[in-house]
Amino acid sequence: MSVDVDKSAQPPADAPPPQSLKAIPVRHYGRWVAAIVVIGLIALLGRAFATADVNWDAIPQYMFNADILKGLRNTLLITVLSMIIGIVGGVILAVMRQSKNPVTSTVAWFYVWFFRGTPVYVQLFLWFNLGLVFQYIDIMPIYKDEWSDFMTPFLCALLGLGLNEAAYMAEICRAGLNAVDEGQTEAAHALGMSHAKTLRRIIVPQAMRVIVPPTGNEVINMLKTSSLVIAVQYYDLLQAAQNVGRDSGVVVEMLILAAAWYLIATTVLSIGQYYLERYYARGSSRQLPLTPLQRAKAKLSGGFNRSAGGAA
Amino acid sequence: MTSKMTTTKAAGTSGGPMVKAEGVHKSFGAAHILKGIDLEVAPREVFCLIGPSGSGKSTFLRCINHLEKVNAGRLSVDGELVGYREHNGKLYELRDREVAARRRDIGMVFQRFNLFPHMTAVENIMEAPIQVKGESKSAARERAVKLLDRVGLSDKAGNYPSQLSGGQQQRVAIARALAMEPKLMLFDEPTSALDPELVGDVLDVMKDLAADGMTMIVVTHEMGFAREVGDSLVFMDDGVVVESGHPREVLGNPQHERTKSFLSKVL
Repeated sequence: MSVDVDKSAQPPADAPPPQSLKAIPVRHYGRWVAAIVVIGLIALLGRAFATADVNWDAIPQYMFNADILKGLRNTLLITVLSMIIGIVGGVILAVMRQSKNPVTSTVAWFYVWFFRGTPVYVQLFLWFNLGLVFQYIDIMPIYKDEWSDFMTPFLCALLGLGLNEAAYMAEICRAGLNAVDEGQTEAAHALGMSHAKTLRRIIVPQAMRVIVPPTGNEVINMLKTSSLVIAVQYYDLLQAAQNVGRDSGVVVEMLILAAAWYLIATTVLSIGQYYLERYYARGSSRQLPLTPLQRAKAKLSGGFNRSAGGAA
Repeated sequence: MTSKMTTTKAAGTSGGPMVKAEGVHKSFGAAHILKGIDLEVAPREVFCLIGPSGSGKSTFLRCINHLEKVNAGRLSVDGELVGYREHNGKLYELRDREVAARRRDIGMVFQRFNLFPHMTAVENIMEAPIQVKGESKSAARERAVKLLDRVGLSDKAGNYPSQLSGGQQQRVAIARALAMEPKLMLFDEPTSALDPELVGDVLDVMKDLAADGMTMIVVTHEMGFAREVGDSLVFMDDGVVVESGHPREVLGNPQHERTKSFLSKVL
């Protein structure tokens, strides 16, 4: 190939565009083999399931079954409420951990140590059987009842999951607060802002960028972990699926149905997490990437003749 | 940058020196950083602090607005002790709230800017007047826009700090400190983190401020600025004031060996 060296800085206006190189690309035979093997395995797996003794029609049929929906509703409810307890408790524990008071920081440390150090399944059983320790609940002027009437499966599940989650959220919050540069506190203090205002206006909004992604994971995890509340006989999605399956003789089908519902719920949560992370990333990167929706809009308004790269 | 802002507070209210240090000591654990600092800064004075790194100049500056607690000696700003209240010959430590109230009148500019990254330039400037002084949003915005214009960044109001150059960030940081209408401005090596070609813009803003009569304490390595703008200059080394006087005299005709050897390295 010959190379023309033009002495003048400006290329001549009528110069032909440089020819792109013509070369035989490297052939990646290994990739083809791997693809064929994987596709083959998937096909075999699909055939196994298709020909298996599974009553596939039962799944769409029971998808919106009243019992299943009640279980789903309970699962979502316990997930949301447990996460609220977890997040509020976690923030309180994280602040306690950082406090200069040795009593509060030590108590917070022990809380995290206990609840992170024991399986949540065991904790649920403990809550369920706490009636062996306390026979009555007696909050003198307002409430008195037998423990077993007070500690319903719902409350067992809520306390078991929520208090366990608080321990994990405490660590996530602590990491987030520590991730904010000390100069930020100094700058806010130098401007005359109080401790509380500095925390609320300057530190927490920046810590959120570190806290939100793992918290999103925690929500998704909680949704799945909530299936353990079967231990305290709470009527969640899995319990509903098992009951319906047992009564209608479609046990495996209902488990697949439950898996489908869990997948749908976690997918929706993942989308929510994406937008939340985007919101808290403001200012941390020069230009936020477009959301899928914005990209689609830009493509539509830009006309179909433009390439996707032209979207701005 | 032509618009002037009246800095009525810069003269101070006590009638005495703006900052007075008498035998100020500071240690971090075993490290003795300040070993008895005595100095006075008059109102409307531009006071430059120079010296090798580790000499304690930044620590002293941070003591003035109580980001660091002094271990011994007396340090006062505009006639009021920093961090303490004196009553019947006894010292009482100030509550956080009282410390914060004192800091309102003292602006500080940091080497690493320390802008709030989750707020735009104009929001950075509006934050303290709204949160600390309880100013209305519209009044705070109006002032912030004026200050941005003063530091030559009126077109950057909506930019986040990450979208600004170092010099631009430092000018926003100066505007942020000015928004509280301080009577004293502390500059902690304001140009040390900047690319050489960006230093000039920041120094111009500081000169403008000095011409306006603001009392300024500047820890700096910019000897040109000290000579041109400074009213007095102190050379610190190893936690003590080695030499002080008018910048032109100290820089042009240093008396002490340590000053001479330091200046020969930086000039």
